[in-house]
Amino acid sequence: MIETVASVGLPIDEKLMIQKNRLVPANGLSGNEKRISVVTGTHGDELEGQYVCYELQRRIKENIECLTGIVDVYPAINPLGIDSITRGIPGFDLDMNRIFPGLENGSMPEYIASKIIDDLSGSAAVVDIHASNIFLEEIPQVRINELSRDTLVPLAKLLNVDYIWVHSSATVLESTLAYSLNVIGTPTLVVEMGVGMRITKKYGDQLTDGILALMKELGIWNGEVITPKEPIISEDGEVSFINAGKSGVFVPCVGHWKNVKKDGHIGDILNPLTGEINERIFAPTDGIVFTLREYPIVNEGSLIARILA
Amino acid sequence: MKEKLLFELNSVYRDNMRIKGYSFGEGEESACIVGATRGNEVQQLYICSRLINIFKQLEHQGKMKYGKSVMVIPTVNSHSMNIGKRFWSTDNTDINRMFPGYSLGETTQRIAAGVFENISSYKFGIQFTSFYMQGDYIPHVRVMQTGFEDIELAKDFGLPYVYRRNARPYDTTTLNYNWQLWETKAFSVYTSATDKIDVVSAREAINAVLSFLNKQGIIQYRCHEGFISQFIEGHSLMNVKSATAGIFIRHADVDSRVKKGDVIAEIMDPYTGETADRVIAPQNGIVFFHVNQPLIYSQTPLFRIIPTDDLV
Ligand SMILES: [Zn+2]
Repeated sequence: MIETVASVGLPIDEKLMIQKNRLVPANGLSGNEKRISVVTGTHGDELEGQYVCYELQRRIKENIECLTGIVDVYPAINPLGIDSITRGIPGFDLDMNRIFPGLENGSMPEYIASKIIDDLSGSAAVVDIHASNIFLEEIPQVRINELSRDTLVPLAKLLNVDYIWVHSSATVLESTLAYSLNVIGTPTLVVEMGVGMRITKKYGDQLTDGILALMKELGIWNGEVITPKEPIISEDGEVSFINAGKSGVFVPCVGHWKNVKKDGHIGDILNPLTGEINERIFAPTDGIVFTLREYPIVNEGSLIARILA
Repeated sequence: MKEKLLFELNSVYRDNMRIKGYSFGEGEESACIVGATRGNEVQQLYICSRLINIFKQLEHQGKMKYGKSVMVIPTVNSHSMNIGKRFWSTDNTDINRMFPGYSLGETTQRIAAGVFENISSYKFGIQFTSFYMQGDYIPHVRVMQTGFEDIELAKDFGLPYVYRRNARPYDTTTLNYNWQLWETKAFSVYTSATDKIDVVSAREAINAVLSFLNKQGIIQYRCHEGFISQFIEGHSLMNVKSATAGIFIRHADVDSRVKKGDVIAEIMDPYTGETADRVIAPQNGIVFFHVNQPLIYSQTPLFRIIPTDDLV
């Protein structure tokens, strides 16, 4: 059943609507069912979650008799952003993931944020799917604030991702959807996978398998599920960042999610005007490349890769 | 006047971006003034360029106090200004959300770090900045509640209001907040324009800065005393929101007095031209802020009003 979570009038004959679809067991609700919520589309240029929203519902509907709880799917909490290929909220130049928990009486984005939090709170788990940005490709991973490690790591392990990154907390991240929900006791897992403006079907299928496994553990699904893969779990200290020292055109010579040796060649930053190499990039450590630059043009400082030692 | 290259960013497809500071006087790093951090902050750039011109004359006339120095940075984001984008030209990040910066990090973190290492030891920090919603303000000095803020000192600008608001999580990466953490007395000055030049409010802001520096014994400058600033807090303002979307026809200006029940704006139906909604002042007060775009959403805070019933 499609429900409207928040609605705001736009100036000319249009309503901005945040919608969700609710799937419930075929023979109705007893009132004791648990609920899982799948949320995506906070950043309008991140599309990987769109396929997951579809695929998860397709599989559930095919075996609706296996559904024993409630599934809420929110494909677009920044619908104007997705429609206009804008990362933030068009017209406000705001990153929607910096305004939670929102404010009922605030501006339009804050009002919507508060409605979304109200609607999601109380879920047994929330999966918030992101897709990096247009610049970087990410291996399917869950990112967890160290403050919620104990609650979230066991749930994250069910999601069938390759990697779990437990990162240190930063005040600025307190205005994310995930932080705002975790703080009120609604466990929320942030998935990052793929790259902006694309759909990587393989990753979408992999995560859908994981969401069903998590649903089974929570008692929301009793159908067949896969055995989730064993993710690598790491903390900040084990992650090395490689940033461009020069501007130019980055061309990698390693694959994503491949092992590299210390001093191994990662790629080059080329100068198309002079025909020379501005900078050669080497691995600072042995490890695996879990983030790799996808968008070729780089400035000094642009992130090239992250390597997990 | 000394021109100092504070940071230079190399580029492949365009000229390098040079961030320049202009300093006056010798000795203690007394006051630093920062203009545009976003590409549309044209008023902020204009004010700084006018200030540089005035400081040059003051220095020439020997009116910089002995042992004091002032630096003005007109913009830290000329690359975005030159192409008419508010945020960073490639990745759309906000330099004013990157402080204190990180010299080994992403491009805008490096820009912030390159600027901040040059300005973090000044005694006073003044930033001209703008709000994320398009609108006009009564000129005011804004301080964030960090525990280090100094309201009495802020009144030395002689602007009509000193406004204090709570720091929110996303404020912790602004220049103002980080200046305060590094023990600089930091003030943000808001004038009534951003992407256009408003000469009258610019003059008011320039006077406020000169008056402030005069009172701190950094320059010698004769000017009128300005206002006895009223102190207001964010939570004491009344928000007046739109119930309806449409064309915004505003009747009340910034700084005007409104009476409870006044129609301060109307929302016009964009197709039929009929009044879809009347926006009513909920209490007596003074208009502190209003939005200025012609088309508005429902749920938009249109006005912020300083209640005056409790003022004598
Ligand atoms: Zn995202």
